[in-house]
Formats: sequence, C-alpha cells, structure tokens
Amino acid sequence: MRELDLEKLSLRELNSVLQSQDKNGQESWLIRNPKGAHALAVGLDAPINVRIEGSTGYYCAGMNKNALIHVIGSVGPGAAENMMSGKLIVEGNASQYAGATGHGGTLIIKGNSSSRCGISMKGIDIVVQGSIGHMSAFMAQSGNLVVAGDVGDSLGDSIYEAQIFVRGAVNSLGADCIEKEMTFQHIQLVDKLLKSSDIGCEASEFKRFGSARKLYNFDIDNLSDY
Amino acid sequence: MKAKKETHKAPRTKPRFSETFTPEINSEIRRAAATGIYDIRGGGAKRKIPHFDDLLFLGASMSRYPLEGYREKCDTSVKLGTKYAQNPLNLDIPITIAGMSFGALSAQAKEALGRGASLAGTSTTTGDGGMTPEERQHSKKLVYQYLPSRYGMNPDDLKKADAIEIVVGQGAKPGGGGMLLGQKISDRVAEMRNLPKGVDQRSACRHPDWTGPDDLEIKILELREITQWKVPVFVKIGATRPYFDTTLAIKAGADVIVMDGMQGGTAATQDVFIEHVGIPTLACIRASVEALQEQGLHREVQLVISGGIRNGADVAKCLALGADAVSIGTAALIALGDNDPKWELEYKKLGTTAGAFDDWHEGFDPAGITTQDPRLAARLNPVEGGKRLSNFLKVISLEAQTIARACGKNHLKNLEPEDLCALTVEAAAMARIPLAGTSWIPGS
Ligand SMILES: Cc1cc2nc3c(=O)[nH]c(=O)nc-3n(C[C@H](O)[C@H](O)[C@H](O)COP(=O)(O)O)c2cc1C
Repeated sequence: MRELDLEKLSLRELNSVLQSQDKNGQESWLIRNPKGAHALAVGLDAPINVRIEGSTGYYCAGMNKNALIHVIGSVGPGAAENMMSGKLIVEGNASQYAGATGHGGTLIIKGNSSSRCGISMKGIDIVVQGSIGHMSAFMAQSGNLVVAGDVGDSLGDSIYEAQIFVRGAVNSLGADCIEKEMTFQHIQLVDKLLKSSDIGCEASEFKRFGSARKLYNFDIDNLSDY
Repeated sequence: MKAKKETHKAPRTKPRFSETFTPEINSEIRRAAATGIYDIRGGGAKRKIPHFDDLLFLGASMSRYPLEGYREKCDTSVKLGTKYAQNPLNLDIPITIAGMSFGALSAQAKEALGRGASLAGTSTTTGDGGMTPEERQHSKKLVYQYLPSRYGMNPDDLKKADAIEIVVGQGAKPGGGGMLLGQKISDRVAEMRNLPKGVDQRSACRHPDWTGPDDLEIKILELREITQWKVPVFVKIGATRPYFDTTLAIKAGADVIVMDGMQGGTAATQDVFIEHVGIPTLACIRASVEALQEQGLHREVQLVISGGIRNGADVAKCLALGADAVSIGTAALIALGDNDPKWELEYKKLGTTAGAFDDWHEGFDPAGITTQDPRLAARLNPVEGGKRLSNFLKVISLEAQTIARACGKNHLKNLEPEDLCALTVEAAAMARIPLAGTSWIPGS
C-alpha cells in the first residue's frame, strides 16, 4: 500500500497521482491527513482501493468511476456526487446531499446522513446504517436508497422511478411518494444490498416507498402538489 | 319623427379597446379559463423593452479617424478563460452559440449548430440533456453545461469538453427550472436523461449539491480537479442583480461570466415567467462590467452577454459596453430555418403564422428544429443548416467590423462606451450612455 500525505502534497498533486492510475496501476493507496479537504479523490477512473484515514470536506469521491474509496472518518456535503460506478464507504457520518445525482455504483454510510440524501439520484445504490434527514431522494430518478434508521420530512418528494426502503420511522412523505408493497423480490434486493454493505439487519423489516406517478403529467387538479 | 331622426344621427363613440384589457390579454383569460393550465411557450420576452436599437454609434469625425474598410485589419478574435485554465478557449469571432438542449432541439439541429460554429471558428454549447456524440464530433470547440438537473452528466463527457458552463440561471427565467413536456421525451431523450418516457419533465431550478457562492467556489474546485485545471469554467447567470451576481461569481472563481438578459430564448417556460421576471439585456452589461472593474478583473475574467442579439450592430454595442463576447440562441435557430415563411401553410395549421410560432415545447416544429419527431427532424439537413449558420455568423462579424472600423478601431474589443450615444432616456439610463446630442446620463 502506497501512502499519500496531504500535509506533504497539494490537493492537485494528490488527485493527479490517483487520477493517473489505470487498470495496471498501483492497487492500494493510503491517504493521510485529509483534514477536511474538499474535492478529495474526485474523478478517479481505475479499479483501485483508496483508504482515507480521517474526515473529508465537500464532494469526496465526486464522479467516481471504478475505484473503491473507504473513508475512516466522516464526509462533508455531496459525497460521491454523480458517482458512475465503484464504491464509497464512509465509516462515520455524511453531510447533506450524499450521493446526489449518482448514476451508478454504491455509497455506503455507516453513520447518519443529513438532508437531501440521494437527491436526484439516477441509478446509484445508497445504503445508510443510521438515519437520514429531510427532503431525501427529492426528484430521485432511479436506483435504490436503503435506510436502516429513521427518515426526516418529505421523503421522496416528486420522485420518479427510484425505490426507497426504510426500516425505521418516516416523518412524512413528499408529494407523489407513497408506500408500496414489499414483495419477495424487494426483500431479496434489500438483503443483497445490506449484506454487501456489511450491515446486519433483517431485510423483511423494511418498508418500500416509491412514486404514485400522479405528477408525471401535468393536471390542474393536482395543483396543490406542485 | 324629427326627434327620432336626430337620435339616429347623433355621433357615436368609436368602439374603444382597453389599454388594460387588450385583445391579447382577454384571449389569454379565455384560454386559461378553458384549459386550466398556464401558457407555456418557447422564445424570449416579446414585449417591447429598451434594447440595442436604442443606442447608436457615433463613428469617426474631426477628433477620431476611421480605418479603411477591407484594407486595414480589424481583428475579431477573443480568448475566453484566461485567468485559471491551462487551455483557454481561442475563438476567431466573439460570437458563440448558446446552450440549447438535445431534447428541446433535434439531434440534427444540434449537429448543424456544431457544424456552423466550427466553420465560423467559434464554440457551441450543450444544454440540459447532456452531450450527444453528433454534437461533440461536429463541434471543434464545445462548452459542456453543468445544470441543476445533471441529466446525462458524466466524467467522460466532462473530460471531452473544451470548457464547462455552470448554469445558475437563464435570462428567460431567472429562478426557474427547465421543462420538457411528455411529447418530446422520445426513447433516446428518456434514456439520456434516465426518465420514464412521456413524463412532463421538470428540471430542477437549484443545483442539488450546492447553494450560494461559498459552495459554488468549492464546486468549481471539484470540477477543476476532475478536469485537471485544463479547461475554463464559465458561470451563466440570468440577469436580475448583475452587479452583485457578477461580484459573487468572480469571488467563486469563475473564468468567464455569462450574463443572459430577459429577451434570451428558452425552449419551454411559462409565458408569465418569460415576460415578467428578469431585466433587459441592455440593463445588465454596465453593471457587470462595473463589478469586474472594481475587482480589477475586467478583461481578465471575461464577460459574455446574451439575450436578443440579432445582428452585427448588437454585437458591436455589447462589446462597446464592455463585454468580451456575445452568445446567440434564437438568431442561430432562425439562421437554421426556424419560423421560415416557406412553412406558412403548416404554421397556419398549428394556429399560428411564420415569425410568431413559439410552441417549441410541443414538438411539432414544421422546420424540424425544436422537435423529436423523426419525420419533422429529417427536414433539417445538418450540413446545409450548418452552412447557413456559418454564413450568418460571418455576416454579423463583418457588420461588427464595419462599425468598429468606422469608429477607428483595429480590434472589436477596442470599441468603448465613448463610441455610443442613446436614443431614449431609458436606454441612456440603463446603458449609462449619454442621450444623443447631450452629455447627459440619467442618474449620474
Ligand atoms: C431552444 C432553446 C433551448 C435552450 N436550452 C437551454 C439550456 O438547455 N440551457 C441553458 O442554459 N440555456 C438554454 N437556452 C437559453 C440559451 O442558452 C441562451 O441563454 C438564449 O437563447 C440567449 O438568448 P437569445 O435566444 O435571444 O439569443 C435555450 C434557448 C433556446 C432558444
């Protein structure tokens, strides 16, 4: 495992080492002293392992492709934003907009995640062991959001085809988001996501939420929902 | 009998239309009452507002001497993104093609825009809906928009871009998001945007992962890190508070500010939004320039102006007021063939007429530009459309040069406010230019 120390390297130097890796590059990297740096390990595009020892600022692992990034700490706003593939694992908590607009890959948060988790998600899987804040999965388009804890207000407001699974309490649902039947297939899916995230709880305890699809086409009689 | 005759002859008041309840207003009231939905349309503000026609150039005289047309060189080139980017955008002319989405426009129209811009030595811009391969292939210089919806956003296309434009707002609808109605969500558009086919799609009006200029600074850092500081980052703003917004965008680290006035076109927005929110293009330029000057960054952070630019005179006036370049949307579509009278019969069938057709959101564009219907889209030949656009771009560049030479300038960028006068008090106040024949600038 090669070490990169943000006390010795600039952000640009550190990111450019990681960004220049390809399929045959160094496999494992250890990043020391992140000290809340923004835009750390962004734009990676190789199947490498990056272990960050400490907490990061905004947009950790932004637009990630293929890399597995493991933060031994907490992450600031917009973690794994617009991720395409690969994985971000956060041992601590995540701030606002975790996994925003993510197209693919998996975001695993072992602690809690703040408001707008999975906002506008487009295919990513997000698994949160703790609880998440208000307006999560706002305008979520596709992918799965699995929350083992509780959820704040207006979950899934104006949601499209993403699926939400919650084990704890949901404060309130947003416009056009409803509870849906949890079928055997859904239990299997949640079980798979929990297992691969190393989160030990029972998939059958989850409830499923998704779009009522009533706001898909404009209708004046739904005015109060817009 | 006599009395009756007199009554008959008594003069009658001529039927009088109300200036408040005009026939247009009344027809809109009836339409709203019948349908229960607000009016959505494409294009920009149609009402009359102070504009570039309210300014004139002074030309050369005793104290200034002109340049010889065709003999003495008048340069038109411009570099955008000189402050932070390794590779600024080098353009032959200071007229770029504005961001218009694939989805709102057909793939053929996007290709034609790329071809036309490339022939004329300038850039074109993606839009809400991502980058199409056709567009990338045919655009020598392509600006990639980073919008709140993030439809189709991905790091591979980001790295293929020659510049990134973060869209905070648009002049047609500052504070509003995008719209693409169900009939235009074809299979390809649905796939690129990751949406169910046929939904009335509403793009978010705010970015999902940042709010305010402090966050924007970090977002710009992230985009620069992903693209290794190679390409410029533009910030596009709908004109409302141009002085403050420009100041904040500079502070956030923009290389280029794009300021879009209320006449700026849109593919689909509520008419009430288009006509009643934002300020005229003419009113935003000097305020933006003032902000740049105060920061000591005028010309180092470039200013691009858009919204209702139609000809070389408009281009020259923008530059004289302090812009580095302009951007065009509607005029480029008209150059491709939008609203061409040759389709009049079909416009009639749609209940409109050539020149007034603005139902771009419905997807039935007879000219095949604002549509996803393959039959209609096939009407636009991208090669011929591209040639028409490049002709138009070259003509308006020549026009701007003609004016610059008359003002004695060997580069378009040397045009200055002192070359202008205003025709109306309103234009004089908004553009901070003296009323013609006087030295009076209202408010100063
Ligand atoms: C059909 C159409 C689609 C547009 N799509 C976008 C878009 O996706 N993103 C954006 O920032 N602006 C969009 N705009 C606005 C243009 O980028 C630009 O601001 C405007 O057209 C400039 O004004 P003009 O049309 O008067 O030249 C669109 C405009 C038109 C006409």
